[in-house]
Amino acid sequence: MRPKTRLRRTLVWLGTLFVMAVICLPGAWIVFSAFRPNREILARPAIWWPEQFGLQNFMRMFGIGGEQIAIPVGSYFMNSLIIALTSTFVAVFIGMAGGYAFARFRFRGKNAIFLGLMLSRAVPGIALSLPLFMVWSRLGLIDTPLGLIIVYVAMNVPFTVWLTDGFFRQVPVEMSEAAQIDGCTRWQAFWRVEFPLARAGIASAGIFAFLISWNEYALASVLTRSTDSRTLPVGLMDFSAQFTIDWAGMCAMAVLIIIPALILTFIVQKHLIAGLTFGGVKG
Amino acid sequence: MATVNLSQVVKRYGKLEVVHGIDLDIAHEEFVVLVGPSGCGKSTTLRMIAGLEEISGGEIRIGDRMVNELPPRARNVSMVFQNYALYPHMSVRENLGFSLKIAKQPTSTIDERVAEAADILGLSDLMDRTPAQLSGGQRQRVAMGRAIVRHPDVFLFDEPLSNLDAKLRVQMRTEIKRLHQKVRTTVVYVTHDQVEAMTLADRIVIMRDGYIEQVGSPLELFERPANTFVAGFIGSPPMNQVRARIAAKDGGPVVSITDSLDLPVPDRLRDQVRADQDVVLGFRAEDLMPEGHELKTDGALMRFKQTVSIAEPLGTETLLFTEFGRQEVLSKMFNPRPVAEGEEIGFALNIDRLHLFDAASGRSLEG
Repeated sequence: MRPKTRLRRTLVWLGTLFVMAVICLPGAWIVFSAFRPNREILARPAIWWPEQFGLQNFMRMFGIGGEQIAIPVGSYFMNSLIIALTSTFVAVFIGMAGGYAFARFRFRGKNAIFLGLMLSRAVPGIALSLPLFMVWSRLGLIDTPLGLIIVYVAMNVPFTVWLTDGFFRQVPVEMSEAAQIDGCTRWQAFWRVEFPLARAGIASAGIFAFLISWNEYALASVLTRSTDSRTLPVGLMDFSAQFTIDWAGMCAMAVLIIIPALILTFIVQKHLIAGLTFGGVKG
Repeated sequence: MATVNLSQVVKRYGKLEVVHGIDLDIAHEEFVVLVGPSGCGKSTTLRMIAGLEEISGGEIRIGDRMVNELPPRARNVSMVFQNYALYPHMSVRENLGFSLKIAKQPTSTIDERVAEAADILGLSDLMDRTPAQLSGGQRQRVAMGRAIVRHPDVFLFDEPLSNLDAKLRVQMRTEIKRLHQKVRTTVVYVTHDQVEAMTLADRIVIMRDGYIEQVGSPLELFERPANTFVAGFIGSPPMNQVRARIAAKDGGPVVSITDSLDLPVPDRLRDQVRADQDVVLGFRAEDLMPEGHELKTDGALMRFKQTVSIAEPLGTETLLFTEFGRQEVLSKMFNPRPVAEGEEIGFALNIDRLHLFDAASGRSLEG
């Protein structure tokens, strides 16, 4: 290798390292802090490298051992899981139907409707919190999982429609036509041919919708009050008391929030292999 | 029996009418090719037969059934698409058996029919591959295989060869013809390539702008084009067309091209022309024969000298470009010798094989 290219490669690597460090450091800091006692986190001067490393924060959270935190992590976790999964499922289903319609059918006002859907995403969610709160309280949806599920579905549908629309567009219309000539109804053609080919897109729409619902804080903090519906991100705030913040406990819970998202992403990732549609038609 | 009958079939997209009430009767086991330039409505017509496009007016019958309202799956047709439209997530075997599986045929029947189709098309070694692992020609064959396993009433082909390179195209063309001989079925085939149409068809349907211009066997269209469009479309090179005027002379009417170049009107057309009529004179390049390279003919020959402007050697023949009153015409020289540009050589024009078209309507003056 010539010295010049070698130097260049080294520089590229160093640059990459720096960027990755900037991106990963906050996350890494949270993970480290989750395993350290508060004393060490708050120490001045800062202790950079953990000296007391252990599971004490997690044990406290789950009520194992002597010390406990009075936070119903289990309920929050279940609420989060139910709300995120249900809203994701519904949003993906509606998004798939909508995306298919936008990709395949011609109808009056198609572009306007599509634009409207996209614009609805441009409204900051927090601006909706007050009107939502008023309507939801009239409807008795405050502090119910259903209330949050509806909100998250509404938030995610424009996005899932947009994403699946793009993927269905990549599946040539002839696929569906060939299937229909081969004896399928339009419905069968969809499930047997177009759906498998757009699966990658639908899976990624699912991941994004799940992550958005799973991590959402602003609206959940307004619309939930108790263990009946409070989700994990809102639950994090339970660690801040009037005069103190339990950083260690908060970080441990943050790690707990990250884990399911990671697991889900890994599970769905294998469906994200694009390029499956190549080969069926002349590329 | 699977005849296909179109009567007064119309296709409209909103206010735009793209197929204007066409009539066509296709016989059982006939190989019919719809040919025409892009946008002539040939693919739309095919898709209406398939059921992929709604019919805006008229009637389509397959066999003795009116199929206007039937979905594609109920018409018992199969179709080969231009881009093959193989299912990329299925193996060749699954692609071939898909329609039978949908029809809930027993596995034994599926295996048998798939094996039969694979055998006919030489796909037996490729059964477990996916479409992505196949070459263009192989994909084409799988697409045809998928069409034949169903034993359909009608085969529809939508420009199936246009994605292949020139060499493979010729090869697959022959294969399609062979397939039709083996699997006798009614075929409707769409192409924009007149050579494909000529080589494959029992009957050719030439379309333009949503109208049928002429229907006939390849030779009929070649020998007796109904109008200047057909004359210019069929044959390679296309028929020479020269603007001219009919003049009355002592010996009978003549086609006057320039002051110095008059051609006698062929006997069969004498009664069809009138003096001072503006016409288009048509003749094939092979009927304008360089001296010494004439083909055997019983026709009356007219001889004259012409200057060659360009010579294009093609191997078995050379195309010579010359001018009839500043209008370029082509001549085919068989058993060619080298011709220099600017060379003056004698030509013999076969008068009996001249065509005359009305200049205004473009219609043939043939009775």
